[in-house]
Amino acid sequence: MTTLFGSELNVVNVGIASFAEPIAQAGARVTQVEWQPPAQGDQAVVRDLARLVGNGEVDAANQQAFDAYAGVQPVLEGVGAAGEHIPGMGERTILHAGPPIVWKRMCGPMQGAIIGAILYEGWAADAARARSLAASGEVRFAPCHHHDAVGPMAGIISPSMPVWMVRNASAENRAFSNMNEGLGKVLRFGANSPEVIARLKWMQSTLAPALHAALKLTGPLELKPLMAQALHMGDEVHNRNAAASGLLLKRLVSALLKSAAPAADIAAVVDFIAANDHFFLNVSMAACKAMLDCARNVRRSSMVTAMCRNGVEFGIRLSGTGDTWFTAPAPVVDGLYFAGYSKAHAAGDLGDSAITETAGLGGFAMAAAPAIVKFVGGTARDALAHTLEMGHITLGRNAAFTLPALDFGGTPAGIDARKVVDNGILPVINTGIAHREAGVGQIGAGVTRAPMACFAAAVSALARSLDD
Amino acid sequence: MERTAQVIRNFYRDSVSLMQLSSALAKVPGVRQASAVMASAANLSLLREAGMLDGEIAAGPNDLLIALEAKTASALTAAMAQAQAALRDEPRVTGTNGAAAATAVRSIEMAVAAQTSANLVLISTPGEYAVAEATKALRLGLHVMLFSDNIALEDEVALKRFARERGLMVMGPDCGTAIIDGVPLAFANVVRRGSIGCVAASGTGLQQVTCLIDRLGLGISQAIGTGGHDLHQAVGGITMLAGIKALGADRDTEVLVLISKPPAPEVAQAVLSAARRVRKPVVVNFIGADPATIQGRNLFAVGTLEQAAHAAAALVRGRQPSTRPLASARITPPRLAAAQRYVRGLYSGGTFCYEATLLLAARLGQVWSNTPVRADDALANVWKSRGHTVIDLGDDVFTRGRPHPMIDHRLRNERIFAEAGDPEVAVILLDIVLGHGAHADPAAEIVPAIERARARAARHRRRIAFVGFVCGTPADPQNLPRQEAALRAAGVLLAASNAGAVRMAAAIAARGRVARTSGRAP
Repeated sequence: MTTLFGSELNVVNVGIASFAEPIAQAGARVTQVEWQPPAQGDQAVVRDLARLVGNGEVDAANQQAFDAYAGVQPVLEGVGAAGEHIPGMGERTILHAGPPIVWKRMCGPMQGAIIGAILYEGWAADAARARSLAASGEVRFAPCHHHDAVGPMAGIISPSMPVWMVRNASAENRAFSNMNEGLGKVLRFGANSPEVIARLKWMQSTLAPALHAALKLTGPLELKPLMAQALHMGDEVHNRNAAASGLLLKRLVSALLKSAAPAADIAAVVDFIAANDHFFLNVSMAACKAMLDCARNVRRSSMVTAMCRNGVEFGIRLSGTGDTWFTAPAPVVDGLYFAGYSKAHAAGDLGDSAITETAGLGGFAMAAAPAIVKFVGGTARDALAHTLEMGHITLGRNAAFTLPALDFGGTPAGIDARKVVDNGILPVINTGIAHREAGVGQIGAGVTRAPMACFAAAVSALARSLDD
Repeated sequence: MERTAQVIRNFYRDSVSLMQLSSALAKVPGVRQASAVMASAANLSLLREAGMLDGEIAAGPNDLLIALEAKTASALTAAMAQAQAALRDEPRVTGTNGAAAATAVRSIEMAVAAQTSANLVLISTPGEYAVAEATKALRLGLHVMLFSDNIALEDEVALKRFARERGLMVMGPDCGTAIIDGVPLAFANVVRRGSIGCVAASGTGLQQVTCLIDRLGLGISQAIGTGGHDLHQAVGGITMLAGIKALGADRDTEVLVLISKPPAPEVAQAVLSAARRVRKPVVVNFIGADPATIQGRNLFAVGTLEQAAHAAAALVRGRQPSTRPLASARITPPRLAAAQRYVRGLYSGGTFCYEATLLLAARLGQVWSNTPVRADDALANVWKSRGHTVIDLGDDVFTRGRPHPMIDHRLRNERIFAEAGDPEVAVILLDIVLGHGAHADPAAEIVPAIERARARAARHRRRIAFVGFVCGTPADPQNLPRQEAALRAAGVLLAASNAGAVRMAAAIAARGRVARTSGRAP
């Protein structure tokens, strides 16, 4: 019997706040919980959650999943054609961002990007024919996540596209991502005009071979040290990649010059990378995907291994619930909009890039990126508060990614779905905002939160699996 | 429509700052569109496409451009002035060195993570969430006080068994009061610390005993509430048994007091045999039970909460508890008309009401109630008294959609006035409960109601005896002596305890011809 008395009484007060006062007056410690019904008061979820909180089996599984995630050493190996390297991709497959979705339910930017990919592949001669081909069912659509891949915004990957190849040096799993086209009229925002296709062709014919050749010369590039360095230079490697893009170019430029590529191509490649502060984003995402895939399928674990959006639905996966997606309607981001645009023009939240937050970066590392704190209230203190808040829904800290603002403590990492529901604190995600119509492009950026319903459903499913 | 574009040379601001500025400018009254951008070629063409820029403009990527479109020229001027001011503004000096605002604690788990020495969770959420919160607390290794009510018996059983497996205690559900290590929890009184440890299945019962012990100059080591269903057959007294064991082992506790309505017989046996194993005197008050069923060398059976307090005090002082009935205070009741025969007890405390029903019935015969001890004595209409009536105004039927009568006196005050209109009423009997959580100044609420009731009776040339007791201590926020003085000044005849007040009321109603009971029975 642990007796209640004898040790100092230290009370946690849940509910009527006025009960705390006499306790404090009597000289005992008391902590007031700002309690709200978990999961919007859904009774089934409330009870399911109670089976998981403080559950030793779940705690042990989470430790295992977290250690697996933290132990990954992602290296950038090269660039290759998606169809050749991505497992199970097949010939007439197009990968997209987010959880599974059928053609007719896809948002405008995703449909536009798919039309662009069909034109790029030469499967149809014009946009109208590309649209009917897409609708015909003759092209297979699958989430990037089902093929070890991730892609920002529409996240479209077709077989001929070059993809970054990231390998986990400590466990041999691989992860892929497409290459960043820059800003303006780009495929990932649903643009599919000839200039977009032409750029993609140039990336395939010139950019990809040059980078692959350079990476052959440098050897596999360790990504964690590069990302860690970028965090100290003001990136959070999701919405700000200015430092990381520069660091990547610095690592590659000498090898590019030593490669057999013509000088004019090398100049074009260097100009292309130098002009795009988001160039590193896709590499960052593939690295995060490689880390989180190692945490997958740990029985009983409530650690989130993926968060992603297809513009219609937001989806998450838990380590302990296998391949199941838990989805909710994708929120429209309440961010800062370019002149002439507003929330009314925005597509639902879109892209696989929330893989960075899932891995403890992006919004979770907001304290690293003073340059973009305007998204979260405007002060460095607000940014730090976001990072600290995320510490209340995570399993641990990633020692590889330290932040000066945390006195060089690691970023909060490994989202625990239990804590999300119990604390009512939703994961914060830094994101760009796409116009709802295909091809208009980016119309703003901001900070959004993952929807509670995904986590509530995931918690319930995990609790029910305890009986298995 | 008015338009303007202004260039600020070599003035860099990051794009997010500028988007923020743009959205602020768009909110200036009369402004249709606003854009503050660095004047890169891409941004300039964007503005042209948006129709905000006509013709060529001499500006480059290092120049800041503010383009505005508004209904009136004055709106343009106002917005431009605001833009200039915003750009001139020094950075906010909230500072980056100050600590970031701490996140509020949102869950038990978060509270535990913040301070690992937490050992008790006090839960008062709505009942439908309380079981889940209690389960989490127990899983995290914390004792629970469950103030919440409306919890199913099977949930209570499951929680208490779960707690027992882990060596933890669940006080409640519907546990209104406890005092742990001198700390009052929920609706508790501020009592002296001392060597008497209590375990009670009744909140107001526990308040009465602890306050009377304080009045007797002694103090409380621990006061554990079990919740009203703990000694139900299904629960089996899990919390009371744990409490007896804990107090038995507690060095600061010399004497134990157990309080409950009569438990299920097998539960009573388990509780009494646990009490017999304690090497300390144990005072047992199974309110209304036959004292002969409570046997044991270290057990002292008593009939009332008042006797429980007196017996415990005697034992601490090394004396045998007295078996003589306690003396009544000397009072001067008002002269009553012949028709004024009945007592009307208007209670806010459920256990006080229950005890009063038993004590009055022993003296005066049948007592009607909304919460009768015998089913035959149930009032058909709880809003209308008959004969001797004792009402528990804290019962669900009265508290639905209303605060509890210990907090809000309006309902009882209305009932006082109604009773005063009944020519057969001799005595109106009241409990006044102090302590944390109770009304800040009950006397101030009740005295005017008594005056109105008195005036109503006076119009019919009647006087009514108001009898009551205050359950509280001098250290309570409401201050016992001050409350008693205010009530006495209003002519209320006060006893120290519920049993004392009932004796007084019965004596007045029966003009002194009460059935005298002997010994320890009420």
